[in-house]
Amino acid sequence: MGSIFQIILQRLALGVITLLIVSMVIFVAVNALPGDFAQAILGQGATDEAVAQIRADLGLDQNYFMRYFSWLGNVVTGNLGISFAQMNFASNMGGDQLVGVVEQIAPRFKATMFLAGVTAMFAVPISITLGVLAALYRNSIFDRAVNITTLSSISSPEFFLAYILILVLAVLNPIFPSLSNVYEGMALGEKLNRTMLPALTLTLVVTAHMMRMTRAAIINLLASPYIEMARLKGISPMRVIVRHALPNALAPIINVIALNLAYLITGVVVVEVVFVYPGIGQLFVDSVKIRDIPVVQACCLIFAAAYILLNLMADILSILSNPRLRHPK
Amino acid sequence: MTQQLLKIRGLKIEGKSDEVWKPIVNGIDLDLKKGEVLGLIGESGAGKSTVGLATMGFTRDGCRISGGTVDFDGVDLVTASAAVKRNMLGKRIAYVAQSAAASFNPAHRLIDQHTEAPTQHRLRPKAESELDGMGLYHRLRLPDPDHIGFRYPHQVSGGQLQRAMTAMAMSCRPDLIIFDEPTTALDVTTQIEVLAAIRDIVEQFDTAAIYITHDLAVVAQMADRIKVLLRGDEVEEAETRAMLLAPREDYTKSLWAVRSFQRPAKPAVSTGVTPIVSLKNVSAAYGKSPVLFDVAFDIHAGRTVAVVGESGSGKSTTARCITGLLPPSQGHIEFNGEALPLDYRKRSKDQLRQVQMIYQMADTALNPRSSIGDIIGRPVQFYSGLTGSAKRKRVEELLAQIELEPEQYIDRLPSELSGGQKQRIGIARALAAEPQFIICDEVTSALDQLVAEGILKLLAQLQDDLGLSYMFITHDLATVRAISDEVVVMKDGRVVEQGPKAEMFQPPHHPYTDLLLSSVPEMDPDWLTNLLNGRGVDNIGDAAVGKM
Repeated sequence: MGSIFQIILQRLALGVITLLIVSMVIFVAVNALPGDFAQAILGQGATDEAVAQIRADLGLDQNYFMRYFSWLGNVVTGNLGISFAQMNFASNMGGDQLVGVVEQIAPRFKATMFLAGVTAMFAVPISITLGVLAALYRNSIFDRAVNITTLSSISSPEFFLAYILILVLAVLNPIFPSLSNVYEGMALGEKLNRTMLPALTLTLVVTAHMMRMTRAAIINLLASPYIEMARLKGISPMRVIVRHALPNALAPIINVIALNLAYLITGVVVVEVVFVYPGIGQLFVDSVKIRDIPVVQACCLIFAAAYILLNLMADILSILSNPRLRHPK
Repeated sequence: MTQQLLKIRGLKIEGKSDEVWKPIVNGIDLDLKKGEVLGLIGESGAGKSTVGLATMGFTRDGCRISGGTVDFDGVDLVTASAAVKRNMLGKRIAYVAQSAAASFNPAHRLIDQHTEAPTQHRLRPKAESELDGMGLYHRLRLPDPDHIGFRYPHQVSGGQLQRAMTAMAMSCRPDLIIFDEPTTALDVTTQIEVLAAIRDIVEQFDTAAIYITHDLAVVAQMADRIKVLLRGDEVEEAETRAMLLAPREDYTKSLWAVRSFQRPAKPAVSTGVTPIVSLKNVSAAYGKSPVLFDVAFDIHAGRTVAVVGESGSGKSTTARCITGLLPPSQGHIEFNGEALPLDYRKRSKDQLRQVQMIYQMADTALNPRSSIGDIIGRPVQFYSGLTGSAKRKRVEELLAQIELEPEQYIDRLPSELSGGQKQRIGIARALAAEPQFIICDEVTSALDQLVAEGILKLLAQLQDDLGLSYMFITHDLATVRAISDEVVVMKDGRVVEQGPKAEMFQPPHHPYTDLLLSSVPEMDPDWLTNLLNGRGVDNIGDAAVGKM
């Protein structure tokens, strides 16, 4: 087992380094956005003095390196800074309670994770089951139907799927609410009920990848001698696939699941907008609009971390799914 | 012994190639009584495995049974439903595959795979099957039979896996077991243990068996009767002893005659001549684990040195050291008296040219998307700088040298060639560099005996014409006998014995050489029995444990 821990530690270290590089890219990219907060907030009638004043207040007049390292230092200690919008509001209106970016993002992030989690709970088992069945009945009508359905749903724009679901499940048959404005402290049942439509929409979006990879990975193995052996032992086709093929097909499936879960965390802004779901995606887009750099950077960093962490977990799980590494000679 | 178990009549099987169904097996009859062992022999492409699988009512993807009946104990497996067949498979007819390493599922422990058939067929509960499995492991003389089943396939050696697979086939006490080349992938010393184990257990349980192999000497030990197949047709069938004594058909006789090829020995090398290649105390390691220890031997101009040993003995690693692919950790290699740089990247073009290699698997050693002309033309251009029509002319010369009609083959792809022809292309590619020294790494072990003999004759002819030196890596002692001048025996990364061929095949031997030599199956049907009696059964078991 020693070697596994070594591999995992290596991957973790690599993840941290990747995150560091990503932080630089984020910083450079965000600062390369045309215009800045001062101009965005003051609009057309901005005087140079007013712009300079706001910039000085926010520390935008310091050089890039200083700003990067002070930001990085703060991030490492868990301080993501204070939103420009908040600061500006406070200095104009005289409020003294500043809400940090962490406090601002936390509820949004929790909501996003909740939506991603509910979606994953539907999508992952459904995809794997459909993939296994499609592999079992490959080239049958069932296989083709599943492929066509999942491919059509992934090929349609998300908002289109969302409106169809609203039409069918909220308007024609009022089963779920069409607005998903969840908030903290809401009862779990109610929260689930309101999350259902966006979760279903996202399930339709991510199922195709995972299902098709499951099917392909299993079919890929069906010509292996050990599958032939299992058949020649008189094992039922279902058991051949579930017990003999699936365990050896896990690595590619896990990787595709990780990619789709990362997408659920980082790429669902359209669905959030349609259902008025208070996730992190909307906050991110709003902040980009007004060049609220601390919030944008924090969101980017969270997105990057989510990708890195999920891929890291996928790597580790793939390694663990290999009996050669789990049980060395 | 009288009750009929299996009756195959007019079995026809077709395979799909290029969207057209072509016959593979053209009407075979086969009868098997309870407890009887039938040997099915033939070259690759004869349809042995296809017939073996069809006996279970099974065809691989792209094949279909197009006619005939397979009557197993009153049930026609050709027309039976999938459910009826499933109920037979594993339970009444079991299968032992060629490569146990590939046929055990890597994701599950041996015992779980062993108990799967009896539990799925609802014969007995899992715990009982586990105990039974341990008993079978014990009978098959697997080391540590009570615990070996709890290992994963990759934790167990090839010979042990093959016995574990035989145990697995026995798990439901079937009436018939199909053995599909079960020892082909094993070393000779391991092969004996597996053969003995299979023969014993088949006798003990009075199981009928179909034993498929291309090795006559092996089938002579195992079978009561032998059936010879050639390209999907039966050539002849007879009791084992009768067939060995007096094969009727010419084809069968030609199979028997293959082992007779032997080059005359060359006179001994006079002392003081500088060898072409000289290994000076070479040691090497993969990463931190050492694999070669102090290997030293010479290869003289125009001669063939056979390097023999079991898998893992360091034969191929030695070749990698000579080519510079794996720089030795200690020692050095001299070529015509001059030290070669250890790493191939530091060698000059001329030094690279002098050492060429021919590989075991011509299939994977040739680029499937390049034409034969390109495959051979590339080294011609690289080493001699010829282009255009001069290059083509040289390629044609090379093709003529390996006895393939240039016009006919130069524009073909490797997939359009037979195994023996592909290996000839591999030889031509090595010759294209105009080397003095060629390493042949198990070049005949993937080929049928007749084809292999053709390759050996060609190599011998080229040696006479071009004065080449060969290092011939092999585990097959018949090949050593046929072609070598000197022999180097390796074990566990060390040279245990070396000398001229005539001496090596005469006693006294190093004990390990003796074990190797005595393990090569002979045509005598009593060979295995006599050998086991001679060695003593316990001895065999010890050898097994010691080696694994």
